[in-house]
Amino acid sequence: MSQTISQKILAKHAGQKKVEVGQLINCKVDLVLGNDITTPPAIKEFEKIGVRKVFDKTKIFLVPDHFTPAKDIKSAEQVKMMREFAKKYGIVNFFEIGCMGIEHALLPEMGAIKAGDLVIGADSHTCTYGALGAFSTGVGSTDMAAAMATGEVWFKVPEQLKFIFKGKLKKWVEAKDLILYTIGQIGVDGARYMSMEFTGPTIAQLSVEGRLTMANMAIEAGGKNGIFEADAKTLAYLKKTKAGKGIVYKSNPDAEYKMVYEWDASKIEPQVSFPHLPSNTKPVSKCKNVKINQSVIGSCTNGRIEDMRVAAKVLKGKKIHKDLRCIILPGTQEISMQMIREGITETLIKSGAVVSTPTCGPCLGGHMGILAEGERSIATTNRNFVGRMGHPKSEVYLSNVAVAAASAIAGHIVSPEDL
Amino acid sequence: MNGRAWKFKDNIDTDLIIPARYLNTSDPKELAAHCMEDADPKWIGKMQTGDFIVGGENFGCGSYREHAPIAIKAAGVSAVIAKSFARIFYRNAINIGLPILESKEAVDEIHQGDQIEVNLAKGEIKNLTTKSIYKAQPFPEFMQKIIKAGGLIKYLKKKR
Ligand code: SF4
Repeated sequence: MSQTISQKILAKHAGQKKVEVGQLINCKVDLVLGNDITTPPAIKEFEKIGVRKVFDKTKIFLVPDHFTPAKDIKSAEQVKMMREFAKKYGIVNFFEIGCMGIEHALLPEMGAIKAGDLVIGADSHTCTYGALGAFSTGVGSTDMAAAMATGEVWFKVPEQLKFIFKGKLKKWVEAKDLILYTIGQIGVDGARYMSMEFTGPTIAQLSVEGRLTMANMAIEAGGKNGIFEADAKTLAYLKKTKAGKGIVYKSNPDAEYKMVYEWDASKIEPQVSFPHLPSNTKPVSKCKNVKINQSVIGSCTNGRIEDMRVAAKVLKGKKIHKDLRCIILPGTQEISMQMIREGITETLIKSGAVVSTPTCGPCLGGHMGILAEGERSIATTNRNFVGRMGHPKSEVYLSNVAVAAASAIAGHIVSPEDL
Repeated sequence: MNGRAWKFKDNIDTDLIIPARYLNTSDPKELAAHCMEDADPKWIGKMQTGDFIVGGENFGCGSYREHAPIAIKAAGVSAVIAKSFARIFYRNAINIGLPILESKEAVDEIHQGDQIEVNLAKGEIKNLTTKSIYKAQPFPEFMQKIIKAGGLIKYLKKKR
């Protein structure tokens, strides 16, 4: 029976041998995630259902990361509500400040996700975990509430897209550039309702961290999920995080795809997405005289230790441009600690950057680096919509870590090559 | 349902529908006060209860915040008509009971301010100003059940 990885995981969790594109199915979930924005409405809905307990105390993950450490009274109230809900229902995985991280950096790192899992989260970037060979997708707060009560969620079986990358990456090109390039090619709705499967020799060369960055942005092409076949690297990662191996699914060679894209990755330059859509991509060499006021390095897209190493490599011994702020947001406490161990934090601070506690912060215009009218930021985050990082008349340019760091030194958007 | 049409462009994202700076609350009334603010800051003062939002392709793309359909529903919008919806907006709208209709034709031919009437059960959109009728994509049966119950939570409650 010819199915893709995504379809096989859905079928398994729906208790069926096979699923058809377009079919409506009810699936059992392995993990339900919520953050400080989406959980409070989910709690209100959950209470309305009238159940006395959650479906599984160990499978619900509540991560207050968006406006934390609480930026104002309202944000503090939202987290308080989550904390009390977790206590009331005995939910084990609530992450207080001090042991938290940005949800999509935290969960893979702590071994919460295995290959073959079905994960839903009330956050659009829940698609990140597809990097580990899991089917993972974002839902709304009402879905979260229903899943906390029943352990189930409804899905329409998505159509499948395949992206094959071949060729060796150029210097300073990161996984981020492959996904920005993809979105630039197919547009912000190029994968709407569909599964995006990433494969090919270039993908095999990528680290698991790089794949997490790519899967993270599947939603920016409108995708339901992004997925990678678990390989030896994935299994080593899962072993290290003590997640357990899970079930490794492979797509059949004759599985049906709506479209198959094949790209020569050796021709791809570092990409920059211009405002106000992630699909407005240009190669960095075409970015002339884009002066910037801020550089943000971090987020669930690029806040892992590998990213921090790249930032330190570019910024070592250099100074941040005097007209500019450089804000670094490690994804988790563990990453912060590793940065200290490796001397990265010192390198970054010496260069004139500020290093924050893990938080979503400016990525969604919450706090910790909001833009004023007319200001521009380059950012390793995943969205550059109008007003995303602050004033509706501010601008966000998306890039990889090396470009964001190099631009922080230059004061305008450049490739590290041209420093 | 009867009201005027307010047209918006393609790719209206959830940050335009409800900017993240207001997400430190989930109170529908507070959210409604800022609905569509970054797309048209004056809109909320101009629209009236019962009016329709008419969007282009990929309406509601971006984040999975349910705050977006909640803000629209709480603002008093009868239904959103668009050429296509982003997946999660579609899902959330059904789950919270905000009616949505997909019709490329209707969107192309409806003008700002046209008087619109919608019959949800039939999936019918009537433009009273131009006297045209459009058929929207019907919902699969399972979703109709959720919509009929008034959203996923009420549906689950009934099932228990
Ligand atoms: S870092 Fe940004 S994209 Fe990621 S979860 Fe936080 S707000 Fe969302």
